Amino acid sequence: MSKQRLVLIGNGMAGVRAIEEVLQSTPDQFDITVFGSEPYPNYNRIELSKVLQGDTEIHDITLNSWQWYEDNNIKLYPGETVLEIDKEKQIVRTDKGRESAYDKLIIATGSLPFMLPLPGADKEGVTAFRDIKDCEKMIECSNHYKKAVVIGGGLLGLEAARGLLNLGMEVDVVHLADYLMERQLDKTAGKMLQKELEKQGMNFLLEKQSEEIIGTDRVEGLKFKDGQQIEADLIVMAVGIRPNISLAKESGIPVNRGIIVNDYLETEVPNIFAVGECAEHREMVYGLVAPLYQQGKEMAKRICGIEGDGYQGSVLSTQLKVSGVDVFSTGKINEDEHTKSLKLFDEWNGTYKKVLVDEGKVTGAVLFGDTSDGNRLLSLINKGASIEEYTESGRSEEAGADLISSMPDEEIICGCNGVTKGTIIEAIHNQGLATVEQVKGCTSASRSCGGCKSLVSDLLEHTLGDDYDQNQKESICTCTTLSRDEVIEEIKMKGLTHTREVMNVLGWKSEEGCSKCKPALNYYLGMLKPTEYEDEKESRFVNERLHANIQNDGTYSVVPRMYGGVTNAEDLRKIADVADKYEVKMIKVTGGQRLDLLGVKKQDLPNIWSELDMPSGSAYAKGLRTVKTCVGADFCRFGTQDSIGLGIKMEKKFEGLNTPHKVKMSVSACPRNCAEGSVKDVGIVGLDGEFEIYVGGNGGTHMRKAELLYKVKTEEEVIAVTAAFLQYYRESANYLERTSAWVERVGLDHIRSVLDEKQTFMELNHRMDEALSVVQDPWKEAIEDNRLLRELYQNVKIPAGSN
Amino acid sequence: MEKLLSKVFVSKLEDLPEKLGKTVIIGELELAVFKLEDGKVRAIENRCPHKGGVLAEGMVSGEHVFCPMHDWKISTRSGKVQEPDTGCVQTYETEVKKNEVYVIVPGK
Ligand code: SRM
Ligand SMILES: Cc1cc2nc3c(=O)[nH]c(=O)nc-3n(C[C@H](O)[C@H](O)[C@H](O)COP(=O)(O)OP(=O)(O)OC[C@H]3O[C@@H](n4cnc5c(N)ncnc54)[C@H](O)[C@@H]3O)c2cc1C
Ligand code: SF4
Ligand code: FES
Repeated sequence: MSKQRLVLIGNGMAGVRAIEEVLQSTPDQFDITVFGSEPYPNYNRIELSKVLQGDTEIHDITLNSWQWYEDNNIKLYPGETVLEIDKEKQIVRTDKGRESAYDKLIIATGSLPFMLPLPGADKEGVTAFRDIKDCEKMIECSNHYKKAVVIGGGLLGLEAARGLLNLGMEVDVVHLADYLMERQLDKTAGKMLQKELEKQGMNFLLEKQSEEIIGTDRVEGLKFKDGQQIEADLIVMAVGIRPNISLAKESGIPVNRGIIVNDYLETEVPNIFAVGECAEHREMVYGLVAPLYQQGKEMAKRICGIEGDGYQGSVLSTQLKVSGVDVFSTGKINEDEHTKSLKLFDEWNGTYKKVLVDEGKVTGAVLFGDTSDGNRLLSLINKGASIEEYTESGRSEEAGADLISSMPDEEIICGCNGVTKGTIIEAIHNQGLATVEQVKGCTSASRSCGGCKSLVSDLLEHTLGDDYDQNQKESICTCTTLSRDEVIEEIKMKGLTHTREVMNVLGWKSEEGCSKCKPALNYYLGMLKPTEYEDEKESRFVNERLHANIQNDGTYSVVPRMYGGVTNAEDLRKIADVADKYEVKMIKVTGGQRLDLLGVKKQDLPNIWSELDMPSGSAYAKGLRTVKTCVGADFCRFGTQDSIGLGIKMEKKFEGLNTPHKVKMSVSACPRNCAEGSVKDVGIVGLDGEFEIYVGGNGGTHMRKAELLYKVKTEEEVIAVTAAFLQYYRESANYLERTSAWVERVGLDHIRSVLDEKQTFMELNHRMDEALSVVQDPWKEAIEDNRLLRELYQNVKIPAGSN
Repeated sequence: MEKLLSKVFVSKLEDLPEKLGKTVIIGELELAVFKLEDGKVRAIENRCPHKGGVLAEGMVSGEHVFCPMHDWKISTRSGKVQEPDTGCVQTYETEVKKNEVYVIVPGK
């Protein structure tokens, strides 16, 4: 029997997923051809938000590689658009003049972003947020421009806005309604969300109707109906999507808002199916992946001739992918005359929960701040459960277990990646998985939006029973199921003294660990026993082993200390001489107020250090980097304190310290804060007669503004508070957790309550001094130790042809 | 024709750093030579198949080395890049005799 020809129009998430389902049911029944307008293999559109926010990169979001198409004998025509469907002859025609005959045809053309028809909407700098091209455009724009305006305060608009903030732009969000995400949230939650996002740096213009985009060739601003006008270098329209149905419509396939399909995703034309955002089922058009994957599954059954109940529609749930904000909503959102609601509003902690009840049954929920109940509520709605089932079970463990065991195997746990309960359980059994991280690695569940993490955890518990440690925090790495706190506890209790011993005694799954746990254990051991522990250079990342930053071509850089950013003619002369002698590729002023010699050969490092005769700047270290200072009282007309003097004192005190991640500090001498204390781990601002100590700032990947920890009177107090703060950070943060993430996690109030205890404060200072007592300059150490020199810095060179 | 191989003396065993790599340059060829925790010596090409990272500076765990540039995990025995990444590097036979380390490389 010759194979049937199956053609897919639209190489996107819903269509390709359906093809995967077909291949799984009947691998050899079809000759498959796929046409897609975009020049890429199928990628995870959802993750465009994360690409924009800098959490992942475009090449990492591919779902089906080119190889996948080849392996499954699928003819793929990327960058090719279907222009016509001849439903009589059963042929499609493309913009490249290609014709392809089908026995079965799937239309999965997705949606088009809705662009407001404003005058000026065709100007350069106006974009949608839908595909890779849009994403690249925004990233490119952020390199040259400052001011972004996002029209639309819904899910997509807010995710775009967060991304643009991360890209360093100022962002105004313009919204027509009087609160954000009005289609998914009620007013209370919408307003809470707004407050939180304002804290993150977004600016909102609510109840604003856009009228015109102004500018000559490129956009320069946006004008509103009320006459107000704002500046803009980039305008992102995120006001909604509309099903992409023009091809179907022109080909005579019946459409309404979307392409009309029945429960088996069949259109009204024989042998033509439609799936995804372009399809309309029981008057509903869906715009989220989970329902589209369910549709694909039912459609695949029909195409392969397998019996099924058909697609019955879905209850939606939404989650916003913006870090630091937890919002969840599902089902019905606003009360009406038939509903009663259960509400919990905790303004102090910023949490809100509303569950809607219709004739005794749970029909909807809105959660803000704490969304851990989200998936449970969604499942209860799907089951048609009564409100008692929710309230009585409370948060008890059986409730989660009940819910899990009553789910059918094919129920989708991770909507983003279409991973079912059955798949996860099978992976847990067959591959011996024990943590959420491992399930994520093996099945992709919870890899995209992360909303189903708690369900995955419940599933692990359900499958493994008592073997599953439910309260596990994230384990250190996949070599162990133990969390950082547990490992530290064990090290203390059992008196473990080196990394191999920790791995052996605590039952590591890999004999010698990996690049994640080795340096982490090395740090924890050193932190616990600073005077006894012998640092293991083989457990250090190259930069910290060689005390220089490795470069992309295998050379290194040298950054000597310049305390407080102050230098002198003699040091500069030495740097110049060394640069000449060793033909250093570049001398660069760093962002940390000192000089960097780049492109140095490994073998030359020790000689350069010895000729410089300056201490290491630790530019490679998980430790104190720089203390930036401003000009201060000696010269500046506004200066109130000796910022340079204090900066140098602090740098001299804390240099060489090992910390969980790098630490950057600054001292400014007035609130103008020229040394940028708001983005430092510790930022001191001198005022007339006092100092403000800010902590937890970060100017890197995840921008965070430092918060005021204390105000103190003297330089000595500044140093003592800094020491106590840093020591507490050293003792309680996870390895590779910057102070910004740590402060965010444990809360400033908590840190303050610890430091407020006089006794604790003194002990922290004491332990800091102990840790500092063993610090040696690593460059000096290396040049005085012949063994180190030979082992780490010399290559073996053998001329060709010897032996 | 038979391929010509030669055995080249690299270093005394005790001069190789423990659980670390060493860059060894033989004529045009650049190798990363590792002394593993179990005492075995392994030699592979010193260029990561990803973006050319110097593998001799990677962190060593068991028989694997983690590339210092982007953390790919590579077997020093088979030369194979471990999942989820793919690729491989050339491996070279080694021999330890009387505390002297040799590698077998193409050449006369
Ligand atoms: C040299 C310097 C750039 C420059 O030429 O100005 C630099 C260079 C590197 N930075 Fe940086 N950063 C430099 C200032 C900064 C700053 C600005 C500052 O400190 O004032 C930041 C943002 C502020 C902050 O950290 O909060 C910064 C945020 C990062 C990050 C992101 C950290 C984060 O928590 O998000 C990384 C990646 C990491 O550490 O994991 C990074 C990592 C790196 C590394 C070490 C990449 C690496 O791991 O190999 C770069 C080494 C380049 C090379 O080939 O030598 N660099 N880096 C700056 C050195 C300052 C110094 O004198 O020590
Ligand atoms: C930034 C962003 C964030 C999102 N976040 C989430 C989220 O957190 N959770 C969630 O569930 N959903 C999210 N979504 C929505 C989700 O991505 C979509 O619902 C899903 O991609 C729709 O799949 P689809 O296959 O119907 O359409 P698409 O993935 O858009 O695929 C359609 C494809 O068909 C191609 N095509 C169109 N016409 C033709 C033609 N005539 N010939 C050939 N090819 C054609 C298009 O170029 C496109 O590549 C997000 C979307 C965006 C843009
Ligand atoms: S120096 Fe910093 S910002 Fe520049 S490329 Fe390297 S890590 Fe990125
Ligand atoms: S160069 Fe080795 S991992 Fe990228």
